[in-house]
Amino acid sequence: MTTALLELRQISVSFDGFMALRDLNLSLKPGELRAVIGPNGAGKTTFLDVITGKLRPTEGDVVFKGRSLLGMPEHRIARFGIGRKFQSPRVFENLSVRENLALAVSLPKRPLSLLTSDLTATQRDRIDHLMEIVALQQRANQMAGSLSHGQKQWLEIVMLVGQAPDLLLVDEPVAGLTDEETDLTADLLKSLADDHTVLVIEHDMEFIRRLETQVTVLHQGHVLCEGSMDQIQRDPGVIEVYLGATEEAA
Amino acid sequence: MFQAFQQRRWPLLLLWVLIVAAIVAAPSVLPVFRLNLLGRFLSLAIVALGIDLIWGFTGLLSLGQGIFFALGGYAAAMYLQLNSSAGLPNGIPEFFSLYGVDSLPFFWEPFRSPVFALIAIWLVPALLAALLGNLVFRNRIKGVYFSILTQAALLVFFNFFNGQQKLINGTNGLKTDVTVLFGQMELGSAEMQRGFFWLTAIVVILVWMVLRWVVRGRFGDVLIAIRDDEPRLRFAGYNPTLFKTIVFAIAGGLAGIGGALYTVQSGIVSPQYMTVPFSIEMVIWVAVGGRGTLVGAILGAVSIMYAKSLVSEALPQSWQFIQGGLFILVVTALPEGVIGWCQGDGPRNLLTRLGVSRRIGTYPRLEMDAKEEVNS
Repeated sequence: MTTALLELRQISVSFDGFMALRDLNLSLKPGELRAVIGPNGAGKTTFLDVITGKLRPTEGDVVFKGRSLLGMPEHRIARFGIGRKFQSPRVFENLSVRENLALAVSLPKRPLSLLTSDLTATQRDRIDHLMEIVALQQRANQMAGSLSHGQKQWLEIVMLVGQAPDLLLVDEPVAGLTDEETDLTADLLKSLADDHTVLVIEHDMEFIRRLETQVTVLHQGHVLCEGSMDQIQRDPGVIEVYLGATEEAA
Repeated sequence: MFQAFQQRRWPLLLLWVLIVAAIVAAPSVLPVFRLNLLGRFLSLAIVALGIDLIWGFTGLLSLGQGIFFALGGYAAAMYLQLNSSAGLPNGIPEFFSLYGVDSLPFFWEPFRSPVFALIAIWLVPALLAALLGNLVFRNRIKGVYFSILTQAALLVFFNFFNGQQKLINGTNGLKTDVTVLFGQMELGSAEMQRGFFWLTAIVVILVWMVLRWVVRGRFGDVLIAIRDDEPRLRFAGYNPTLFKTIVFAIAGGLAGIGGALYTVQSGIVSPQYMTVPFSIEMVIWVAVGGRGTLVGAILGAVSIMYAKSLVSEALPQSWQFIQGGLFILVVTALPEGVIGWCQGDGPRNLLTRLGVSRRIGTYPRLEMDAKEEVNS
């Protein structure tokens, strides 16, 4: 357990008495690709908010690279090595694709150095390389706002990679994508998992199956079970939760 | 130059040539009275440039720039008042005797030094803006709440300055035009005013160049990113609070410089500079000229103020209506402002609407642009 990159220890989050997360434990090893699923309201996004510092847990501790993240502001956590992709694609619409990526790869991210120094040749190469991964070279100078939904998703993913984080948190990367785009995204995430630790949150079961990896099921703010996709689908608890959830939704 | 033509930026280039030509020609063409007005409007353009930086680029709508404007003005006026009161009883400005004050309030003392005054003109407003801004930004107050807070701060300052007769002559303000500088010249004289016009014009152009450098590179991209999606920027490892505090301080400092130059050219600084309508007017200049286009801020300030003085001379009561109408027109029809409209598809769309058809040449042209991008 000492080798874990990220460890959530007995995290609880309560919103005015409502427990969004309840005694949640989870640990990720370096280089791992982990999928997290769960019905609506299971606390998936809340749990990302806790890791990235947007939300302070009522109880428990988040330890990343041996250091507690509690009380660290969001931008410091990001610099410390955690990148987050949001549910709906969030890119800077009034900046070009290249400028979006330039902000991601810039180091250090302080006002004075941004004013006085230019991007280094290595950084430029990295930007070109990142655009190549998602085939956006031809759109380099277009405003990100003019990209299609799928392209924005990809741009946001490579912006994350550009930040060179140790851990990537990816929230519903295939929402609203076509089947073909979904497949490409799955391949992209799998290839990233080679040298990053990746945590993916998804609804789409087919997509999770394609990732061929460990799955954690969240239910009512708690880890219901962990295992491979096949194990998960046979688990009576999971079946009950999912069927129950669909009945409630209907 | 050729590149500018290729990138279809030549209208902007032309605009700059015209602006510089107008500034150079103005002193020999305009009578001193008009020249003095133009000089005042150019000092307001400096304030507008600051507002454009925080609002047009960063998305912070401040309705309290009058605070910093007036502080710069007071800093300049305090030095000038002290400078001309050496021969008076107690060696302090005349108005003090009206209120029975016979020793200088402590905070006036350093303003005997011209160097201190020159620094205070921009540093005091900048520091105040940094302090105010940091308190607001670190608590993540944004949008309309930020605007309301700045307006509230403006009211607080207005009421304070208005009520302090014994400290800064209260509602009467401080006069500067009878002050004698450099031994013999009165500040209100034609020569001095011409000099101030030049000074102001040079400062406007310098400020424009510095701001252009600031917004062009990645620093400017960060500002736009703050406007677009501030929380997202945090997760990219940037600290928006720091960037916002810096630009708010820059805008405050610029407002102070503008206020000082305005004061020496209008001959007085008073709490009237901190009224709510005046600070809103400043925002209108930028909105009309074009948010996010630095030239737009300058042109907006100068042309609206010029129109104001012309209209007020002819029809004293109607200016408020015209200004209100202008603002509504811009918000509804030209949300990007005049310069923004010209830079975008505005002129072409207008031609199409008027029945002049678009040249077919557009389409191959688009393809050519796309090819150029691929090659580059």
